Amino acid sequence: MTRIRFQRSLDDLKENLLVMAGLAEQAIQRAIEAYRVRDISICDLVSRSEIAINRLERDIDQAALDLLAMEQPMAIDLRFILSVIKINADLERVGDAAKAISDRVRHMEQMPVAELPVDIPRMASLAADMVRKSLQAFIEGDPVMARNVLTLDDAVDAMNKTAYKSLTKVMAEESHIAPQALNALMICRNLERVADHATNIAEDVIFWVEGADVRHHKSLKTALDPHSVG
Amino acid sequence: MAEVRTQRAENRLRSRIRWVIDACATGLAVLSTLLVVAPLLAIFGYLIYKGASSLNLTFFTQIPKPEGEVGGGMANAIVGSGVLLGLASLIGVPIGIGGGIFLAEFGRGTKLANAVRFTADVLNGVPSIVMGVAVYGLVVSPRMPFSAIAGGVALGIMMIPTVTRTTEEMLLMVPHSVREAALALGVPNWRSVLSITVKTASPGIITGCMLAFARVAGETAPLIFTAFGNSNWSVALDRPISALPLEIYRYAISPYEDQHRQAWAAALVLVVLIVAAVALVRYVAGRGVLKGAS
Amino acid sequence: MGVGIEVSTLNAWYGANHTLQDINLNIPANHATALIGPSGCGKSTFVRCLNRMHETNPIARVTGTVRIGDLDIYKDAKPVEIRRRVGMVFQRPNPFPTMSIYDNVAAGLKLNGYSSRHVLDEIVERSLKNSALWDEVKDDLKRKSGASLSGGQQQRLCIARALAVDPEVLLMDEPASALDPVSTSKIEDLIFQLKSQYTIVIVTHNMQQAARVAEKTGFFLNGRMVEFDSTHKIFTNPSDKRTEDYITGRFG
Repeated sequence: MTRIRFQRSLDDLKENLLVMAGLAEQAIQRAIEAYRVRDISICDLVSRSEIAINRLERDIDQAALDLLAMEQPMAIDLRFILSVIKINADLERVGDAAKAISDRVRHMEQMPVAELPVDIPRMASLAADMVRKSLQAFIEGDPVMARNVLTLDDAVDAMNKTAYKSLTKVMAEESHIAPQALNALMICRNLERVADHATNIAEDVIFWVEGADVRHHKSLKTALDPHSVG
Repeated sequence: MAEVRTQRAENRLRSRIRWVIDACATGLAVLSTLLVVAPLLAIFGYLIYKGASSLNLTFFTQIPKPEGEVGGGMANAIVGSGVLLGLASLIGVPIGIGGGIFLAEFGRGTKLANAVRFTADVLNGVPSIVMGVAVYGLVVSPRMPFSAIAGGVALGIMMIPTVTRTTEEMLLMVPHSVREAALALGVPNWRSVLSITVKTASPGIITGCMLAFARVAGETAPLIFTAFGNSNWSVALDRPISALPLEIYRYAISPYEDQHRQAWAAALVLVVLIVAAVALVRYVAGRGVLKGAS
Repeated sequence: MGVGIEVSTLNAWYGANHTLQDINLNIPANHATALIGPSGCGKSTFVRCLNRMHETNPIARVTGTVRIGDLDIYKDAKPVEIRRRVGMVFQRPNPFPTMSIYDNVAAGLKLNGYSSRHVLDEIVERSLKNSALWDEVKDDLKRKSGASLSGGQQQRLCIARALAVDPEVLLMDEPASALDPVSTSKIEDLIFQLKSQYTIVIVTHNMQQAARVAEKTGFFLNGRMVEFDSTHKIFTNPSDKRTEDYITGRFG
């Protein structure tokens, strides 16, 4: 096979992206663990992961740029490198979301424990599961698995909406635990964003493998369906 | 360390040997050139030595005096050679170029082309005296005995093979890309051949014609039985006509000293005229080709 | 104005060598179409079938139909007539070496019988302007020979020569492969401008060039046309794996 060097560069790029993905997944897991057990030291670990993630983001973008400039990639190679660049950005945002969650946890640790009508660990596990599945789809280049991830987003969105309703109700009616409710609300929003990034990653995998652009399918659906609430 | 030193000494020896061989080869090349040029220079020099003194106005303007008398010139022979060569070119150049074009452009690979080429080669090898006898048999008749036309025909036929082969070779050297360019413009093949290919090859074709011309300009044997020679002024095509080579031959074997002198002069004049004709044609043809074209 | 080209079941042979097999394709008018493929795949042979230059080789044979506009070029016309409607530019620039720049451009017209000095002057100027060469040579039209120009200029001269006979189609067989990058860019810009007036078919080894100038691209392999689609599709998401292997350089 020709272009062996190029193929190796592509493999290296993929591997580096997966290292970064691992760090991002780990950051989310740690942030939720910190929430569950209210442990500040875990928050420090999350902060450090986030720094490593940012550095990797710069390195991967640079490597991708070099390949575009030097190798004139075409067709599937071009789509692959483009997807890597986008997934790179999404993973970095996941890292940011993890850090944001761990910051909320730090805040909440100062406050007394409150009973809140939200199941954050469950929402977190759904979001983390989406991230894991989308990355698995990337590793295997499997568009079926990627499409599956797209369907899981609805559940997380629904949980986020419910959480919004119940937490705003708590903030109005039980003002003594309003700060805790507010922080919990922000954690939910970040988890919903993590789920969105996982969706983006899945869409990028489909673009890479099939050359099909399936982005913004939901907005298309809601535009066509007057009864669904956006 | 000692090994390095012997290695270096060996290299120096080798390069000295190479220098010697190079000098010898260069010397041989120069020597060969001199050997080739020397006969030419010797002949020219000798002709000038023997003939230049006889070049005078008389030589160029008078016709030969009757046998035995001193004086006279070869004006009629000079003009006669001109007439004969003109006729020969009229016959030899068109047929030769036409044959060359056929061989190169229209008949490539055909049996006919191979036959034509073979015939041309054979014709080239026919001894000039045989050519003269043949034309004598074919053209000279009781109605039209020795004539300028017969002489022109003999010389013309002798020009054909050289012109044909040179034309063919020069045409084949025109790059295929030039022909393709013409065809791709929608130019018919015959037009492309004439206006593009032949024109591109024309310097070489002209050289070929000049080679043939120079060769037949000095031919004597064929003229003996055809043009025959004439001691009077005559440019009529159906009468015998004088020519420089004929006069050189006749004067050289004559017993008269004066005629020997004139023969030398005639030889010198013949050579100079051939060289001048070739140079003139090349100059005129060169002016027609644009600067910068290879 | 350009015309479309319709090719049906085109087969071509060089002696016993079946160089083109069952080619079917429609080349749109007033667009540039690129033909890519590895060496020996038949793309140059194909292009030479479009102006019947293929048959200048005595052992060449063609079957099938090629329609240019509504003219069947093998049944309804003679090769000479076709070549006046379908111009060609070759890989190596080939100006006529014994002719001046002016005579080179006018050659196609002069050799076909046009002689009006006034008309020729106008056509020569127009053709040289259309091939972006006018400004560089307008003072030396009759003094300089065609062969004294640089490589890139010679190629533009050949383009002007082809345009002078006012063809409807312009075939270009790797027109920039013998040129430096600057000249190549000039030729590509030229193709862009010429598209609106002519139908252009360009054979190229250089895929980036095909991507830059052509709306449609055809991929040839071993005498067959494997895929013919918009250039965008061919280079971002081709349908056939063989096409993808070729353009990603993973051939062999």
